Amino acid sequence: MQNWHLLSLTTFLPLVGALFILTIRSDDPKVVARNARAVALLTSLATFAVSLLVLSTFNPTLPGFQLRETGSWLPSLGEGIGIQYALGVDGISIWFVLLSTFLTPICILSTVGAVEKRVKEYMIAFLVLETMMVGMFVALDLVLFYVFFEGVLIPMFLIIGVWGGPRRVYAAFKFFLFTLAGSVLMLVALLAIYFQAHTTSIPLLMNYHFPAHMQTWLWLAFFASFAVKIPMWPVHTWLPDAHVEAPTAGSVILAGVLLKMGAYGFLRFSLPMLPEASIYFTPMVYVLSVIAVIYTSLVALAQTDMKKLIAYSSIAHMGFVTAGIFSLTELGVEGAIFQMLSHGVVSAALFLCVGVLYDRMHTREIARYGGLVTRMPKYALVFMIFALASVGLPGTSGFVGEFLILVGLFKVNAWVSALTATGMILGAAYMLYMYRRVVFGKLVHEDLMGILDMNARELAVFAPLVVVVLWMGLHPSTFLDPMHASVTNLINHVQLARAVPHVAPAVAH
Amino acid sequence: MLYNAVVFLPLLGSVIAGLFGRLIGDRASQIVTCVLLGVSAALAVPIFINVALHHHDVTVPLMGWIHSGDLDIRWSVRFDTLTAVMTVVVTWVSFVVHVYSIGYMAHDKSIPRFMSFLSLFTFAMMALVTADNLVQLFFGWEGVGLASYLLIGFWYDRPAACAAAIKAFVVNRIGDFGFALGIFATYVLFGSVSFQTIFAAVPAKADAVMHVFGGDWHALTVICLLLFMGAMGKSAQIGLHTWLPDAMEGPTPVSALIHAATMVTAGVFMVARMSPLFEYSSTALTVVTVIGAVTAFFAATVACVQTDIKKVIAYSTCSQLGYMFCAIGVSAYPAAIFHLFTHAFFKALLFLAAGSVIHAMSDEQDIRRMGGIWRHVKATWMLMWIGCLALAGIPPFAGHYSKDAILSSAWASHTAVGQFAFVMGVAAAFLTAFYSWRMLILVFHGKPRADEHVMAHVHESPMVMILPMLVLGLGSIFAGWLGTPDFVGAGEAAFWGKALLILPNHGALVGRTGVPAWVEMAPLVVALSGVVLAYVFYSFVPSLPGKLATVARGPYLFLVNKWYFDALYDRLFVRPAFRLGRSLWLGGDGAVIDTVGPDGVAAAARDIARRVAAWQSGYLYHYAFAMLVGVAVFVSWYVFNVR
Repeated sequence: MQNWHLLSLTTFLPLVGALFILTIRSDDPKVVARNARAVALLTSLATFAVSLLVLSTFNPTLPGFQLRETGSWLPSLGEGIGIQYALGVDGISIWFVLLSTFLTPICILSTVGAVEKRVKEYMIAFLVLETMMVGMFVALDLVLFYVFFEGVLIPMFLIIGVWGGPRRVYAAFKFFLFTLAGSVLMLVALLAIYFQAHTTSIPLLMNYHFPAHMQTWLWLAFFASFAVKIPMWPVHTWLPDAHVEAPTAGSVILAGVLLKMGAYGFLRFSLPMLPEASIYFTPMVYVLSVIAVIYTSLVALAQTDMKKLIAYSSIAHMGFVTAGIFSLTELGVEGAIFQMLSHGVVSAALFLCVGVLYDRMHTREIARYGGLVTRMPKYALVFMIFALASVGLPGTSGFVGEFLILVGLFKVNAWVSALTATGMILGAAYMLYMYRRVVFGKLVHEDLMGILDMNARELAVFAPLVVVVLWMGLHPSTFLDPMHASVTNLINHVQLARAVPHVAPAVAH
Repeated sequence: MLYNAVVFLPLLGSVIAGLFGRLIGDRASQIVTCVLLGVSAALAVPIFINVALHHHDVTVPLMGWIHSGDLDIRWSVRFDTLTAVMTVVVTWVSFVVHVYSIGYMAHDKSIPRFMSFLSLFTFAMMALVTADNLVQLFFGWEGVGLASYLLIGFWYDRPAACAAAIKAFVVNRIGDFGFALGIFATYVLFGSVSFQTIFAAVPAKADAVMHVFGGDWHALTVICLLLFMGAMGKSAQIGLHTWLPDAMEGPTPVSALIHAATMVTAGVFMVARMSPLFEYSSTALTVVTVIGAVTAFFAATVACVQTDIKKVIAYSTCSQLGYMFCAIGVSAYPAAIFHLFTHAFFKALLFLAAGSVIHAMSDEQDIRRMGGIWRHVKATWMLMWIGCLALAGIPPFAGHYSKDAILSSAWASHTAVGQFAFVMGVAAAFLTAFYSWRMLILVFHGKPRADEHVMAHVHESPMVMILPMLVLGLGSIFAGWLGTPDFVGAGEAAFWGKALLILPNHGALVGRTGVPAWVEMAPLVVALSGVVLAYVFYSFVPSLPGKLATVARGPYLFLVNKWYFDALYDRLFVRPAFRLGRSLWLGGDGAVIDTVGPDGVAAAARDIARRVAAWQSGYLYHYAFAMLVGVAVFVSWYVFNVR
């Protein structure tokens, strides 16, 4: 199905849907909202179907990029092939594409009843966002990647800034400035790469050997951008604010997909293109990851706002991911990818769980709840499943990733593994403590007496998430097997750099 | 099929009762779960005969689980003698507890949920004992932890129950932290987590050195100590025991099943399962013995001053688990599992009988407000006596045989820690008898101390509760002498087969037949003196305990406050963690990062912009002046540099 342009189709189908929504006109805003939502839902479902087709076409035994599409974009630039429109997926990126296309319809379905103003524009924002996300994960040209990578910011900025909570403008700007500050450095790095290697093709750059001193600076520039996106400590403070102010669906995409962009960047650029610098900076990443896990877990313990708590827990979980990636072992990297997928689903579901309550009571204060299980048993069960997955209970998706990461780390550095593993303990503490205060206890607040359990639409939103969380926990091979070839290839490539004698490029040079 | 059924039938029951409980109603939920558990228990018998008695070990592969790099973990169901013994214990105790719960929880409003959780627990426990690799064992391990959490917090509207549930989960997680690291270390050393592979490779790695945590250590010792940390959490050994007494907030059948007979013994099971590793690390075995001995003694002392009937039994459980670790530490694994086996019967019986008492006393749990009820609840009374006789190790009741095997093995190990374990064990045996009879006398005998209203309602429990207790009562009477020949007697080596490894130079269990007569007699003598002392204290001279408490105020407070573990942990860990979290949030994120970072930059940008804006005054002479300055600077720079 090479000539079907499946990847372009996956990328731009949402945009077509968005254009279609633009044409919806009616005097009754309700009709507009309903139609816009229907179109958005159908488009995103179709996109998901196409992405499944991508998965079925994908050959998991091959390490390289598949379903490649190339077209010249700016051929006049450069001596070689110039800047191209090039797409392709490997065993790593394909899962992020699926994560994006899987979560978008769920987000759209979750907005019923939650968003009533400017629904049409809201739907357009989500579809544009989907195009940007998918495009970023399938781009095989640095410039194309950069366009999508930055493009993601715009719809998300609007989603927070327009449909957000009371401090939405502060949060939106904080989000935008933080991420843009990192991105500017990445743009500089991109130019440096172009002038050095005379190409922006990612597959070519992966086999280009940059001089050691240059690797150091390029790595730091990329790191600045990726660390903010992940986010790593200490550039994480935009995330809790962004989550608290973002509407539910915005939080879902933010936690589900956008947080993975940075770590994906590590896997796609830092490790393969700058292996020596990656090895050199490993201790720093370990330190920041361990701090992230312990620091943010403790902070999560003290939170009074549900969304903020989950936001901080996300930072802790991403601390696992960064540590896993830089273990530079197969187990660690596969664990990190799996953890990202799991976190994408679980944190998305947790934010949706908060959304269910917010839609009813319009507050996220933990203290305003309590005893919900008496009125909302279905909700209690669903929330429990995701809380446990977040805690990393074996049998849920959360366990597999954490386990592989920690094993991989233990191989190279037992201290880092042990310190990161403290997140297992603290994670259980803050998650169960929140669950207890929200769901258990006596139902004392008057206004909760009449609260309704989840309706059919909400169950439909959560059902696929529950299935995926259990599937990933009980039979993770479905997801791990297609990764093996690509990850092994990546690790071998990096370890080759370790064998090269002139390692340890120092910043001082 | 048989082997899968015994594991998965409880899960089926749990799912049916859990998801469709509201639909099918209370009675149907009870029937479904009890019947499926009954089938499981029935299947356990042929499995036991086939596996343990006829020595046909079985492994049924199910499907792949986690595969990454050279790590390949598969789901499978494995039965050897150790598993078969555990299967019998788990399914039978679980079955009787299921039936008992029909009566005990009759007035509860969430019966299907309760039955579902009980069955879920049973499934997880079966997954644990049938694991054929460490990670699947960990799956069951965390699964029982989850079920325990759900059941402790079953009455979710009670703050104490919710707090106890979280405490149980988190404290267990601390142990699991060590367990997980132990699994990682095992994988790094052996390249596998499958029992078969690692056990085969152990002799070759006996002296292997592992470079972890900044030093070179004996690899097997590192692994065993880390694994044991997990066992300490689950089996409530000193230091990580604090969750178990609090867990009594759960309904009493839960205490019987999870916090006495099965889950808390998972740590003992795990260490016994890993005997091929522990055998090669004398350091680890020493640690296990000491921890076990100290726990056995410590928990027994605390049990002597508890006033809540369930807490007395809970600390007793803690103490008995200490005995099991003593046995393991001196390589008498069969004795440990034998005690696990007998203990499951009599401790579950004691809890169920306590539940029956609580039921009779209109939910009163304080033994100071009981007394004199034996005439009204004769069956419960008799069963409680049987339980106490077994617990105190009075022959011919079950506990006597297993406890005796442990203590004489400890003596026969001829090591310093073995002697220490023997002394602590004998002291604990004395205390065990004392607190058991203290409880018996205060609950059933003497004058009634409850008010008339309560006394008027004292009634025997229904048959659906008595019959399960009878089954356990029979076990408490006969399990000891029926089990002795195979478990720790002449047939021991053939019975256990390859399930347990004991190195030839670790002959404590075999050597115990040659111990002096006084060693054999000591536990019984001290037990009887404990009984006598209890009668003196609580029957003949009832003013004595009060006087003793005032005279020895310090020691008494020390015991009443449970050696101050909870207070210490609260001050050292719990409150500082919350305080630290708050200060990192407001101080670290708020005051430092945001002030220096985004907010600071934004403020600085605004400030600069304001200053720059001030320059744009609109007056022509300002601009002219600025231009002039610029020209002057430029010219001077040019003049000075062009030379």
